[in-house]
Amino acid sequence: MTDTAIPPGTAPTEEFAGRSLWADAWRRLMRNRAAMASIVILAAIALASIFAPWLSPHPYDEIYWDQIDAPPNFALGHYFGTDSNGRDLFVRTLYGGRMSLMVGLVATLVSLVIGVAYGATAGFIGGRVDAVMMRFVDVLYSLPFIFFVILLTVMFGRHLVLIFVAIGAISWLDMARIVRGQTISLKRKEFVEAAVAGGVSSFNILRRHIIPNTLGPVVVYVTLTVPQVILTESFISFLGLGVQEPNTSWGVLISEGARSMETTPWALIFPATFLAVTLFCFNFIGDGLRDALDPRDR
Amino acid sequence: MPPAAPLGPSPLLSVRDLSVHFTLGAGGLFSRRKPVLLRAVDGVSFDLRPGETLGLVGESGCGKSTLGRAVLRLLPSAAGRVVWLGQDLAALSTAAMRQRRKEMQIIFQDPLASLNPRMTAGETIGEPLKTFRPDLKPAEAKRRIQEIMAKVGLLPQQINRYPHEFSGGQCQRIGIARAMINDPKLIVCDEPVSALDASIQAQIINLLMDLQRETGLSLIFISHNLSVVRQISHRIMVLYLGKVVELADRDQLYRNPRHPYTQALISAVPIPDPDLERAKQRLVLSGDLPSPLDPPSGCRFRTRCPKATEICARLSPSLLEIERGHEVACHHWDE
Repeated sequence: MTDTAIPPGTAPTEEFAGRSLWADAWRRLMRNRAAMASIVILAAIALASIFAPWLSPHPYDEIYWDQIDAPPNFALGHYFGTDSNGRDLFVRTLYGGRMSLMVGLVATLVSLVIGVAYGATAGFIGGRVDAVMMRFVDVLYSLPFIFFVILLTVMFGRHLVLIFVAIGAISWLDMARIVRGQTISLKRKEFVEAAVAGGVSSFNILRRHIIPNTLGPVVVYVTLTVPQVILTESFISFLGLGVQEPNTSWGVLISEGARSMETTPWALIFPATFLAVTLFCFNFIGDGLRDALDPRDR
Repeated sequence: MPPAAPLGPSPLLSVRDLSVHFTLGAGGLFSRRKPVLLRAVDGVSFDLRPGETLGLVGESGCGKSTLGRAVLRLLPSAAGRVVWLGQDLAALSTAAMRQRRKEMQIIFQDPLASLNPRMTAGETIGEPLKTFRPDLKPAEAKRRIQEIMAKVGLLPQQINRYPHEFSGGQCQRIGIARAMINDPKLIVCDEPVSALDASIQAQIINLLMDLQRETGLSLIFISHNLSVVRQISHRIMVLYLGKVVELADRDQLYRNPRHPYTQALISAVPIPDPDLERAKQRLVLSGDLPSPLDPPSGCRFRTRCPKATEICARLSPSLLEIERGHEVACHHWDE
């Protein structure tokens, strides 16, 4: 690489477009087949869930008295059969997907915002403030989660918002720890010192220099949090503490299907397949993102 | 040759008895370990005139970089004063200090690490501008950024490039452009060329000297490379374990070093002539740098000094002006 100062007038005049690290990462991700296939499948499941009412002739809560526990029947439009209450399972699986994906995304978003803000603040300020903030995280971490959920439901009754609160309250803890660690290593970097020397305020240093550089691991962790949250919601619903009838989620459907899996296996197989495929996709995307964002670690 | 230093009587910067201490081993909330005090910089005083370059040399771990950062208040000082244009910087509030930062900048050793990998060259260079001149229109800010890029030898068209698309020397030029964009009065150069190859070192040194000639800025130039320091500095300060051992004009220091440590450093500089190099008498120091956690009593250099006597263990030598502008901290300077 030569490094000679180029005399003015000899150089091309139009600006070169720079290639950012994000653009580089995106190109690497595009080359990862498993991740790209996962994105396509996940998009299909998400779109099907969103447009569920238009994909099936049946409403999700209508009971067909003559179709109780019926196997898949294409002529009647019951592609996945019906459940023990005679409701169409295809449309219920898609509605369950709506609920599960929404819980996954909203809770992850909450954990992302709280976790990044909390972790970056603790790591950047450091010292005693950091120690106190992180001990608070440790305390929350040590609360038994299921007791916490049961306590909340007993106190406030079963409510959808409670699930968001309960899941959001635990899933930001890991995020805060990850971001704090990243922040501590970043704040000793010279470009942060240069920003301090340049008179940039602490808030802007966090916003412009620290947080954008923590986003690589954070993005990866987000894709791993979404399936974890979906699984947690399924678990809560499986215990009967989550979503209420006639609303449903994959966890509820699997719970119901599991009860009668010898006689009506389709009630278990279809929602379980959707859940498993979704979780697989998120994990593959997370893997692909990790490889794309930090190619040295492969 | 560095540009001729102006003889302005009033210093830009006066440092008096500056000390920087680090507390090591301070544990968490409930730790009962006793923290250890490390005196990284211990009672350093000097003046810097406008347009002057002060070279700071010494072994690694002697407090050069710490001193440079403490002058800019990037590190808190334990004692002493840093007076900038008649104003004590330690007395300023955080907000007032932030305003002052427009006038004093720093460039770093590792050119790539000193640039945010997620920001383009233009964003990096323009950040101090945006901080101090938020009123500037984007087009005007861009014009100034491209102007400074051209001045430091970058192509203005490279404004949208990211750090990983530049070479090490180019990254250092970006760092210099960022330091220069607000027309500072002082730049602390913390080993700015030690990570670059020799040919690029010379270019960066020449660039710094050109900028100094044009804008009259002062430099504090930190390096362990005596040839480089000799080329750029007007005056040179030699540090050993956080204390000044000798301070003199460049030519004076090279012609007539009085402190045994300075003599040893200068005799270690290779001469690019094999005959002279073979004939020269080297003053080789024995031993390693003692731990700064537990410095020797009296003169800190006595454990490695060929001239050490009994007084050196008892009494720490103070800086003595043996000639105009030539200060030495040694009991045996005239032997």
